[in-house]
Order: sequence, then C-alpha cells, then structure tokens
Amino acid sequence: MKYAYYPGCSLRGTGRAYEESLLAVFRALEVEVEEIDDWNCCGATTYMSVDELTSYALASRNLALAERDHSEIIAPCAACYLVLNKTQHYIRDYPDIKLVVTRALDAIGLKYHDKVRVRHPLDVLLNDVGPKAIAAKVKVPLNGLKIAPYYGCQIVRPYSTFDDQGDPTSMERLLEACGAKTVHYPLKTTCCGGSQKGTLPEVGLDLIHYLLSEAQKNGAEVITTVCPLCQFNLESFQKEAGDRHHPTAVPVLYFSQLLALALGAPADAIGLQRGFVPIGPVFANKEIAYA
Amino acid sequence: MELKRTVKFEADRDPEFARWISHTVGGERIRHCLQCGLCSGKCPLSLYMDYTPRRLMHLSREGFKEEVLGSSSIWLCTACYACMVNCPKSINVTHLLYALKQRAIEERRYPRRFAIPVMARQFSDMVRGSGRITESWLILRVFLRTSIWRLLGMSGLGLKLLRTGRMPIKRERIQRRAEMEKLLDSVAATRKELAI
Ligand code: SF4
Ligand code: SF4
Repeated sequence: MKYAYYPGCSLRGTGRAYEESLLAVFRALEVEVEEIDDWNCCGATTYMSVDELTSYALASRNLALAERDHSEIIAPCAACYLVLNKTQHYIRDYPDIKLVVTRALDAIGLKYHDKVRVRHPLDVLLNDVGPKAIAAKVKVPLNGLKIAPYYGCQIVRPYSTFDDQGDPTSMERLLEACGAKTVHYPLKTTCCGGSQKGTLPEVGLDLIHYLLSEAQKNGAEVITTVCPLCQFNLESFQKEAGDRHHPTAVPVLYFSQLLALALGAPADAIGLQRGFVPIGPVFANKEIAYA
Repeated sequence: MELKRTVKFEADRDPEFARWISHTVGGERIRHCLQCGLCSGKCPLSLYMDYTPRRLMHLSREGFKEEVLGSSSIWLCTACYACMVNCPKSINVTHLLYALKQRAIEERRYPRRFAIPVMARQFSDMVRGSGRITESWLILRVFLRTSIWRLLGMSGLGLKLLRTGRMPIKRERIQRRAEMEKLLDSVAATRKELAI
C-alpha cells in the first residue's frame, strides 16, 4: 500500500532534517509514500487559536486531496497531525462545521468522504513495519547509545490511539530495535512550551531547561523528538535556558535521524550537519561507525 | 493601602458570558465540571497562572467575564491537552481555553507586548496568498511590524539557522493559488449566513 505523505510547512524550513531523515527511513524499509498533490498549510496553532472554522476548511482540502488516491495519510509534524485529526472529529460531530467545510470544498471542486486515516510515522513504523523487520535491516547498530525519548504533547494527545497518552513507548521500541538504550524520562510527554518562548520567554525558558536538565541528569547522551517545534525549542534555546539556570549540552535529534543512520543512510543526507549541538563526539564515544 | 473586596457578588456576573461559554463548539460539557482539580494538577503551566484551569472552568460557566478574560492563564496555555485527556468528565478543557483566547482577541484584551494580532494577520495573509507558510518570511514580516530591535536580538539564531540550511529564503507556494481565495471566501460567507 502507498501512503499519502503530508510534510507541512515546518518540514520545508526549520524542520528539514526531519523530512530528509524520515524519507530515508521509508526508502530503507520500503514504505512507499506519495506527497499529497498541491497540499496547503494546515493552519497550525495560529489559525486554531484565532479562527478555528478557517483551520477546518484548510485542513479538509488536504484530507480531500489525499482521499482521492489514498486511504492513509502520514503526517509527521505534531501540529499538522493534531489539526488533521481534530478536523475529522469536528466534521463528524458538528453539522455546522460539516456544512462550512462541504461548501468550501465545493467551491474548489473537491469532496470529502471521511474515508482517510491520519497516522503518525511512529505508528506506521511500529505497527505496519514492526521492530523485528527494522532490526533485521540495521547496518549501523547504535551500540547502547543512551537516549531520552521526548514525545511532547500533540502526537500522543488527545486524538491518537496508537500509544499511551501519558507514558508512550513507541519511540523506545523503535530505537531499541536499532541497538540504542533508552533512559528513564518521566517528562517525556510534558509540554516544551510551544511558542511560549516568543510570547512569555521567562516561562518558555523554564520549561525548556527542565526538560533538558532532567534528560542530562538521567544519563541521556541524546534527546530524540517527534515534532519540529519541540526540536527547535530544545536545541535553539538550550544556551539561553542554560544561562538562566545551569548549562546543559545535550544534542537534540529527530528520532528518524537515528533510525536512518542505523539503517545505513549517510550523515549528510539525513541532516545531521544541521544541528547546533555537535553530535559527532557522542557517536565517536560510542564507536558508532556511520557513513 | 489599597482595599479590595475579595468575595464576588452575584451582580458581578455576566449571564450572557456564561451562556456563551456553555454553548461554544466542543465546550458544551463544561456544566459537568466537578471541580476536582485534576486538570490543574496535570497542567505544566498552572504554576504560573493567576487562575488555574479548574478555577477558569468555574469562573467562566458562572459568568465572571472580567476575571476570566483578564486572566494570564489564557495566554499561558500552550494547548498541550494534558488537562483534557485527564478530565474524569471528558470536558474539552483545552478547547474551552481556545474559545476564551479567541474571545479575548475579539474584544482586544491582550497584553500590549504580545504580537498575537500581528502574527495572526501575517499568517493568514500568507496562507491566502501562497497557500503555504515560509517560516523565514513570516518571522521577518512579524518583526518588521513589531520590533526591529528584537529581530536584531534574534539575528544570532537567524544566522545559525541560515548556516545550517534551516532558513530557506525560497518562498513556498501551492500551484493552484486561486483555490485558497475561493476556499477562504466560502468559509466567510457560510459563517455569516449561519452566524457562527
Ligand atoms: S479535571 Fe475536569 S472535572 Fe476536574 S476540575 Fe478539571 S475540568 Fe473540572
Ligand atoms: S492544554 Fe493548557 S490548560 Fe490544559 S494542561 Fe496544557 S497548558 Fe494547561
């Protein structure tokens, strides 16, 4: 089966490494994906918080476009994943919203039949491919690299059903299949502050700091994320958060970068050079011989 | 010494506000709130809030509009959904907070230093015109309209992003751009017709 692929705007900007590495993982595992034809912005949190109706219409154009040729959509970005799912729920539950969406789509010659399922790559890799199949294809074992798996909010809450909403384990199972170790990380689903760093910096920096220092304290050599905003916050403001509290130096990668590396993809093809906290020394220390 | 009454009177309530919040889409279950406080306990931001989520639920369904719309909590909420998934009465706490935020924006009650309306405006203009968001341009446009100094303050980060190729300047666009306008106009028309 071919999945529809919905990258969203962040994966074309600050989150480029997420897309580069995820597509490498899909290629290595023979997961076939096809980008949704002429997809548009999902509306993200900005529209959701000021004008929800518009965000449902924007999201439904993507759903309708995907539905023409596919029965499942892969949405890696946390905001896109949430908005697409929320839109489906609200169209089902509220006749007024359904009417708004139906008419808006009608104006551009599209129809939405509620036949397409929105899924996260973690879900697809774990449940459709499986850790066993992944382990069989590992070329560069991660040699016990100690990872703090960080999920953040919107992948596990409130709509997803593939994992626990407070203590998920999908990322652990995938990374352990590649030879990594995961550390105890009770803050794994605590919010990174989203765009709080922009509006209320003192609060945003607090949240960022506690996530980082908890990971470091528990022995993590790397933090892995599933969301472009989490990755951006934890990495880009690590220095600033450290200046306010006490310094930390933990590289923050997308989970897909480590999977791709283990499956044999070359480092510069999966965005490892795009990080701010160098990852090279960590890999050297673990004798991970990547290409 | 400033003396302030600490107990609210019945007359301080705004029944219209209470009716509005109990009928907002997704928020209908607010009247089932038990005031158990699980939402506040799970909320990572409640330590910073003047009114915790539990208190906001009660104040808003009782119609204490001034307190609710003037509260810092609606700006602190990051929509992490921890409250909502833990509520024993399945109340959409997060969506209710969204509704309060929208109402506060409509009534132009937000702290001055927030670039929220500017951000929202630039975001929607970009979606209408291009169908997609190019992060670098969005940030630039917001800063140009709010504080050029903050832009300069952020330039270190900007440079790092450029250097690592994470700030592409190329504008992202959809091909069938006319569809965006039609889609958005249709939403506006239906919204007017249904008065929602
Ligand atoms: S968890 Fe639910 S029932 Fe309990 S106080 Fe919060 S909103 Fe009310
Ligand atoms: S969604 Fe908002 S109110 Fe609810 S737990 Fe998260 S930050 Fe707190």
